[in-house]
Amino acid sequence: MIRLFAHANYDFIRLRRWAYGLSAALIVPGVLLMLASGLNYSIEFTGGTEIQIDSVTSGGTAQIRAALEAGGVPGAEIKTYGSANEYVIRARLAAARGAAPASMEETTAAVSRALDAGLGAGNYRIVRTEAVGPKVGRELQEKALLAIFFSFFVTLAYLAVRFEWRFGVAAVIATAHDILATIAFIRYLDLEVSLVVVAAVLTIVGYSLNDTIVIFDRVRENLHKFRRQNLYGILNLSVNETLPRTLLTGGTTIMTALVLAFLAGEVIRPFSLVMAFGIIVGTFSSIYVASPVLLWIESRWPGEDARGARALGARAPTPAPAAPVVPPPVPAR
Amino acid sequence: MSTIRGRLIIIGLLILGSIVSLVPRNVTQRVVDQTTGRMKDTTTRRVPINLGLDLQGGIHLALEVDESKGPVPDCADAIQRAERVVRTRIDEFGTTEPVVQIIGRCRLIVELAGEKDPARAKGVIQRTAFLEFRITDMKNLFQNALPQIDAALRKAGVKSQGAAPSAVSQLFGGDTSTAARDSAADANAPGVLSSLLFQGQLAGEFLVPEEQWAVVDSLIQRPDVKQLIPRSLDLRWGAQVESRGARSYRPLYAVESRPIITGEELQKATARRDPVTNQSVVEFTLSRRGGRKFAEETARHIGDYMAILLDGRVQGQPPVIRSQIGTRGQIELGAKPLQEASDLALVLRAGALPAPLTIVEERSIGPSLGADSIRAGVLAGAVAVGLVILIMVGYYRVSGVLAVAALVLYVLFTLGGLAMFGFTLTLPGLAGFALSIGMAVDANVLIFERIREELAHGKSVRLAVDEGFKHAMSAIVDSNITTVLTAFILYIVGTGPVQGFAVTLIIGIAASMLSAVFVTRTLFLIWLQRRPAMTTLSVG
Repeated sequence: MIRLFAHANYDFIRLRRWAYGLSAALIVPGVLLMLASGLNYSIEFTGGTEIQIDSVTSGGTAQIRAALEAGGVPGAEIKTYGSANEYVIRARLAAARGAAPASMEETTAAVSRALDAGLGAGNYRIVRTEAVGPKVGRELQEKALLAIFFSFFVTLAYLAVRFEWRFGVAAVIATAHDILATIAFIRYLDLEVSLVVVAAVLTIVGYSLNDTIVIFDRVRENLHKFRRQNLYGILNLSVNETLPRTLLTGGTTIMTALVLAFLAGEVIRPFSLVMAFGIIVGTFSSIYVASPVLLWIESRWPGEDARGARALGARAPTPAPAAPVVPPPVPAR
Repeated sequence: MSTIRGRLIIIGLLILGSIVSLVPRNVTQRVVDQTTGRMKDTTTRRVPINLGLDLQGGIHLALEVDESKGPVPDCADAIQRAERVVRTRIDEFGTTEPVVQIIGRCRLIVELAGEKDPARAKGVIQRTAFLEFRITDMKNLFQNALPQIDAALRKAGVKSQGAAPSAVSQLFGGDTSTAARDSAADANAPGVLSSLLFQGQLAGEFLVPEEQWAVVDSLIQRPDVKQLIPRSLDLRWGAQVESRGARSYRPLYAVESRPIITGEELQKATARRDPVTNQSVVEFTLSRRGGRKFAEETARHIGDYMAILLDGRVQGQPPVIRSQIGTRGQIELGAKPLQEASDLALVLRAGALPAPLTIVEERSIGPSLGADSIRAGVLAGAVAVGLVILIMVGYYRVSGVLAVAALVLYVLFTLGGLAMFGFTLTLPGLAGFALSIGMAVDANVLIFERIREELAHGKSVRLAVDEGFKHAMSAIVDSNITTVLTAFILYIVGTGPVQGFAVTLIIGIAASMLSAVFVTRTLFLIWLQRRPAMTTLSVG
């Protein structure tokens, strides 16, 4: 019989300062980098043309670049993609230098003309084309921002109805932490931000909230069960009690995301990587961000739900060696 | 006992419903017969799950009314009329299950699944196909106006194109000698425009050296020049380049601005290859009304030349009207392939677009890439399910087996739901599905962990199971509702692939709640009933 952490009794909350430091070390440089140099947005957002080709020529990216430069499409990005002779050519509208921004249709036509001339018409096969005009790009940007905003608003409203506002705020702060950390991760790996990646980030929002709610649900229950216990102890107890579930669910989900990242092909890889990272961060933040923040809010603005906690103080200055974590005998129901 | 029976009946019905909606069935599709090129109905058997364009390959186009050449007053009306035309064209073009749909107010979405030739499809959709017949400038009004135009251009300070080479003439390159010669000629022989136009073989026809047509085009687009062109005339370029010896020329025609007849009166159009000249030809028949009008007009213009304009370009050399023409005619396309002629015949039959359309978004995915994605996605999904099963059974033993049974039903319910409601499975949807398998066990994990805890507190097996399910519920419901809310927003705001992801996630969560809570509970009930005396529970 395997029982992971069946009677786990770790003082998670004590380590919160370390956790804050770790989060800051991850998030701050990434966000600064993003502010300084931006993210690698896909052409869905910038407008432009992306063509994936399967070429039989052996000249590599240099030959394609030469063909494009000669054909009047300067500054396109060219990358190998998946197998050796597959390339992705990305001509962004924003990057197109020149007086008037060329229209998307003209750019697409120019790229295919340049490839026909430089590689020879029969020497390559277009596997995938994506072209987005500036107007649609702006619309998609707006939609993505709208989606992020709405999901925040709706989940906040839901939490406000379902839990006390202190829990809601703590959960939202944890979720914001996850989004920032994920953005930092995307920046470090220079992953392309497409609509699908935005969808991954929003799914992470859902997952992270999910994880936080499971712990908070237990906190809510334990607050009613152990009225004399202080919040510090209740939080630790709840995190420990839900630890097997946290690890098992988190484990299966991360594993699935990693399997997707490595087996499901190049197209879906950024999505899968972002998902995998987001699940790790979401799990971490439920324990180390949401719970301590709840403790902090409770110490500032004591609430009804934590009657006993108010009396005993939110801080546990004397780490009474794990004493608060041992639950008192269960009262007969 | 009765509760168990009731539960089993519900589960049985759900399984039956899912299986029925997943049974391969006969689907009738209109496809192109490869041998004859005609449309025909074929029936295939397949699992009725709609695959998104990113999985089966195809083209997604978003089109809007082109406003680059002047604003369109009522784009909603224009797009509605365009939708009917495009639908007719696409129906004949021959892709299976095409989607032609107006999104928002002024945007048209066209989706062609499995289409392998995006360029050709775009041509058929975007072509305005506005056909008109116009008499050429028989009275040489344009030629008479040329000196005035030259004078106006000289006054405006326009030198022959050699003086201020435009970006385009630079592009063509290699014509510096001509430019030099022209600017030298400029000194004594005036005529910025007239020096570039060579008189053609018929009235109103001019030939422009190919390397200079861009210059001429920019000259005749100038507002001061436009003003001097006689009001009853328009200048239109020819569609084909003509070669005379070593040089090629592009014909420019001065035609009457009033068409004697337009493509609206067209009834039939067919493509064929002329066996004598080996040219592609589109033959057309006019409606009775159009034929009468045409006969009337041609009777008045016997001996005149008639230009056939398609989308503002003159097709072929304007023929002379020898006698009254009735309802039949033909458009010569020169040496172009027959397929181009049949595409033209198709768009002529379907009618002209009310306004030109511009592509604002294009996604085309080759069928091989789509097939690769399916293969990789299914492989990843299978590996993920296998690993989840290993973990669950290894960790929870018999209870884990129950959870796996519930998981199998989860997969069945999700696929059944996708098929039943006709939702589309996309690549992100496939990823979302695999991902939700990882998440689907969450409800079971929550319940099992809770049961373990209750057992640890010394409760009896039956009580622990009851309490476990009861206490885990609030966490399960809360956490799943937030995910559904997020997915719902994604569905509203997202496009194609992302919507597929959202739909799969929502159905997946509904199915996982159903299977984890309801099905597992039922299995536990049966298990406990079979062994009433059981004191230990295999939850690991």
